[in-house]
Amino acid sequence: MAKRVALTGNEAVALAMKQINPDVVAAYPITPQTDIVQYFSSFVADGQVTTEFVRVESEHSAMSAVIGSSAAGARSITATSSQGLALMHEMLHIASSYRLPIVMPVVNRALSGPINIHCDHSDSMNARDTGWIQLYCEDTQEAYDNMFIALKIAEDPRVLTPVMVCFDGFIISHALENLVVEDEDVIKKYVGQFEPDRYLLDVDNPHTIGPLALYDYYFEVKRQQAEVMFHAMDAVSEASAEYGKVTGRNYDLFETYKLDDADVGIIVIGSTAGTARGAVDKLREQGVKAGLIKLRVFRPAPREEIVAAIRHLKALAVMDRADSYAGFGGPLFGEVRSWLYGTGASLPVVNFVYGLGGRDVVVNDVASVYEYLDKLVRNQAPLQLVQYLGVRE
Amino acid sequence: MSAGGKGWRDLPRGGVIEDAGNAREYHTGDWRTMRPVWDAEKCINCFFCWVYCPDASILVKDGKVVGINYLHCKGCGICAAECPKRVQAITMIKEAEAADAQTTGKGGAS
Repeated sequence: MAKRVALTGNEAVALAMKQINPDVVAAYPITPQTDIVQYFSSFVADGQVTTEFVRVESEHSAMSAVIGSSAAGARSITATSSQGLALMHEMLHIASSYRLPIVMPVVNRALSGPINIHCDHSDSMNARDTGWIQLYCEDTQEAYDNMFIALKIAEDPRVLTPVMVCFDGFIISHALENLVVEDEDVIKKYVGQFEPDRYLLDVDNPHTIGPLALYDYYFEVKRQQAEVMFHAMDAVSEASAEYGKVTGRNYDLFETYKLDDADVGIIVIGSTAGTARGAVDKLREQGVKAGLIKLRVFRPAPREEIVAAIRHLKALAVMDRADSYAGFGGPLFGEVRSWLYGTGASLPVVNFVYGLGGRDVVVNDVASVYEYLDKLVRNQAPLQLVQYLGVRE
Repeated sequence: MSAGGKGWRDLPRGGVIEDAGNAREYHTGDWRTMRPVWDAEKCINCFFCWVYCPDASILVKDGKVVGINYLHCKGCGICAAECPKRVQAITMIKEAEAADAQTTGKGGAS
């Protein structure tokens, strides 16, 4: 029987890894991901998993090790945060171009500098163009659930592409929350056996991975990767729906809250969605028709679905917990505006960069965004495309 | 547009090389800008060129040098440099000025 327990996000993700019992875990500790590796290494030491645990000397090595083990045919997981993800960066591209179904929890933390250990999304947003699928989580339950779904997506024959499960450092990773955990046999049945069609240890069918491909073949290999993202949405939806059938917890590409009749909306990623729900309720009490979209899947981008969900709004604010330093706000902002362009929708879309380096965001902060949108719609506030929420002027 | 070769739909996933050990099918000879030309009349079969060739482009049959594999020779010129001064059986010419100007020369069979 599934049971309700209180765990931190890192404990829940480590438990998920225990229930998956992957063939190989290679990882290097970094705040705030450290607990995942610590808990998992204790499962290994206590014989609760049969995983080969590889102690590596850096995140670059961690990713390199799981690339090797995944290519060899082993179900492989690593985990990281911030600088660790940055150190892996070149290997991230290699993992995706080799089409290896690696799963990696990314405990979101600001990138240095200045040096900072707290939450923002600059680490995983910095990796958004690496060819990995990215799922984002609002709470501990989602972090736990998305681990299994991520594995299912990664190993889908149509996909065979690595997946990051991103969740907010400290806010999710270290906060104790109630969640439902499944029985191990339920999980075992859902994730099944990893049966790659091609693996290096298959001595009867020798092949070479990691080819040199210059102007003659490189472009075709990258075009294959582009194609994966055009179709990965189906795999994401199907894996999520199947998980919903098994557990009763259903996940979509994104989640909406009081959006259908809303005039003003916010789109947000991660734990701030919970705060934003509170802000929606507060604004609704004040008579403002506020609504919310929480994005779960950022890669591939659910372009058509998001456009259909937001086009009726009178104004939209995109919340970015990372800046692109483009002189035009954060990464999600640029993408959402691009998704809307040419669709006939003409609502104003503004950006709020917020919460960098763990700067706290409370209900009143998000409420102030809705209040701005409400004034904008009433022509009581000027259109200001990019704003920084909660920064000292 | 790059002519020849399979399109992305037909290539193995991730550019995997399904036929392992196929380096000889990659005709690196087309990198060549200088071409070694071997003169059978002058060659004394000392095999210095064969020993020093960083590839395996000096073709030998029945204990005698028979030519150069232009499919893989990259034109580094080491064979010409190592050929004894009094012999000079190998001379380097500009690839563009070679009679056939093709990567498949006489010794092309690999």
